[in-house]
Amino acid sequence: MQKATIQLETLTCPSCIQKIENAVKSLEGVDKESLSVLFNSSKAKFNFDDEKISIKDVENAITALGYEVKKSQVKAL
Amino acid sequence: MLQRECRRGGIALQRYILSKKNHITLISAILLIIAFTSKLGFGNIDIFIWSLAIASLLGVAPIAIQAYQALKVKVVSIDVLVTIAVVGAFLIRNFEESAIVTFLFLFGAYLELRTLNKTRSAIKELTELAPESALKQMGNGEFEEVEVEEVDIGDILLVKTGAKVPVDGTVLSGEGHINEASITGEAVPVGKKKDSQVYAGTILENGTIQIVADRIGEDTTFGKIIELVEEAQDSKSEAERFIDKFSKYYTPAVLVLAIIVWIFSRDIELAITILVLGCPGALVIGVPVSNVAGIGNGARHGVLLKGSEVIGDFSKVDTVVFDKTGTLTIGNPKVADKEIYAENVNEVLGYLASVEKESDHPLAKAVIEHIGDTKLYTVESTDVVKGGGIVAQVDGHRVAVGNVLLMEQENVHLDDKARADIARFEANGNSLVLTAVDGKLKALMGIRDQIRPGVKADLQKLKKLGVKNLVVLSGDNQGTVDLVAQELGLTEAHGHMLPEDKSAYIGELQAKGQIVAFVGDGVNDSPSLALAQIGIAMGSGTDVAIETSDVVLMNSDFSRLPHALGLTKATANNMLQNIVIAVGVVIVLLFSVFFSEWMNMSIGMLVHEASILVVILNGMRLLRYKLR
Repeated sequence: MQKATIQLETLTCPSCIQKIENAVKSLEGVDKESLSVLFNSSKAKFNFDDEKISIKDVENAITALGYEVKKSQVKAL
Repeated sequence: MLQRECRRGGIALQRYILSKKNHITLISAILLIIAFTSKLGFGNIDIFIWSLAIASLLGVAPIAIQAYQALKVKVVSIDVLVTIAVVGAFLIRNFEESAIVTFLFLFGAYLELRTLNKTRSAIKELTELAPESALKQMGNGEFEEVEVEEVDIGDILLVKTGAKVPVDGTVLSGEGHINEASITGEAVPVGKKKDSQVYAGTILENGTIQIVADRIGEDTTFGKIIELVEEAQDSKSEAERFIDKFSKYYTPAVLVLAIIVWIFSRDIELAITILVLGCPGALVIGVPVSNVAGIGNGARHGVLLKGSEVIGDFSKVDTVVFDKTGTLTIGNPKVADKEIYAENVNEVLGYLASVEKESDHPLAKAVIEHIGDTKLYTVESTDVVKGGGIVAQVDGHRVAVGNVLLMEQENVHLDDKARADIARFEANGNSLVLTAVDGKLKALMGIRDQIRPGVKADLQKLKKLGVKNLVVLSGDNQGTVDLVAQELGLTEAHGHMLPEDKSAYIGELQAKGQIVAFVGDGVNDSPSLALAQIGIAMGSGTDVAIETSDVVLMNSDFSRLPHALGLTKATANNMLQNIVIAVGVVIVLLFSVFFSEWMNMSIGMLVHEASILVVILNGMRLLRYKLR
């Protein structure tokens, strides 16, 4: 398992949070329980299984929603 | 293949439109101006209608894309409601409404972004202090600039004048002065030389040093502070989690309500107006905005608050329990009272200082510090009397320095005045140091731990803020504790207490229904810090303090305590105001759509967007909060 922190563009609407949450949750290999999308710091934090999904796939899912990914960090758990 | 190309093209177009949102908003505004000048100024209805239609189509594009993306991940967002409403208005050829609503929605979003950035600015300023690069010694002995993530424990780093210290470390060589304001809140530069500790995020104001990395990244003191504040700004209270859950069902419910109204009344105008009015924006945004501004204000003033739950609890505190040493007092004994019974004052003080230099007793340190620079004499044959003091030969005189017991042993005569002074000094809570030269009493000094300057005024402020009970718990003897309590106007004082007695006593207070905050140094008192509803650590940014407490007062600055309490009260109030504003606006809007003549989609959108801005601006007031 890997722990990821994705820095997004500044989030302004609360429904952005819900959208990003739903999009990332629906991805195979992302630990749903660990996911939190933070409104004020505009970050998404979650754990994922790097054998099933790569960080790039998650980033793409978020950019496809129209949100810019600024930086992502992955650490082994 | 072709299909994939198209899809990619579609996504690119979507992103292009979204990235031009500000331009679209501006063009919409211009089209609206053209429309209304041509209608009101020239009576030209064609240009009026065409301008509005174009403004509607242009303006709804980014909103519709967002709505589509939301629906794709099964979220009924505000964008969905607004898109349906605008499309509905367009279909019934009410271009005026559709154009104004899209413009207000886009312009509102723009203003929200600007103002939200402002409320978040205090915390952002803090996180931007994080060091990004370091000069690391490579295999060949040369220093190269690397990203701070590439520094490992044990690496040797070079820090030049004006640069940020990249990690927590120890100075290997070189000297300089460091501004540690980012850690301690204290802006006076601190001198550093070999073996001094340096901290990540502090700035080397002059000199050049080489350091070895001890702690890196999130393990550094600064890293921990940032992590704490970042988590705090997004931490949610029970009430907020409820609002979040509620809003998840609320938006789809508005959609259902609009459909029902449309089915029964066959009035599209009414149905789409409900869609616009039902948007929950201000409710969801109100509390986080107060939270981030309140915590940001704290971070700027050396008060770290761990989240909105802490804000809620702290604002209700009615009992504050203090540890004495190091909290109410400085923790550094000083000469508080003195009497000299000699003409040749300087000579006596010189003898005293010379003898005390031989001792490492804490009282001796206080005496030397008090006397300061003076002529020193050669000390011959010192003799330490256990439980009494020191007897020495100085400059051909027999000098005895110690307590009353030693004076009796040395057959020093204590006259009535001396006895009265001794009694008075003891009543003030002093430890005594007497000095006799050749069997005659020459000086009497009373030494005690000093109360922190300004503490009394700060405690008064706490009382004014509604704290009823101010309690001191200490390991010292009851007499000393009573004196401190009396001097500071505390309501209760208990001495002879071990750390476990303190936490047991806090438990008793809580059983009586009091909401207790405990203020301690964060090292010996962690059980009490943990047990109290609010644990407040007076830490100079120490690890233990940061981890075990709910509130950290940086740089051990007691004067920040009233600010912290006032701030949490103001923030809790602010959250409540925002909830009332948000709920109030939705109720008034929904009520007036059914019972008034003047309500329509445009006014609804205007009020809705205005209410969002009002809660953000209201939250922003917290950034400027200052205790009066």
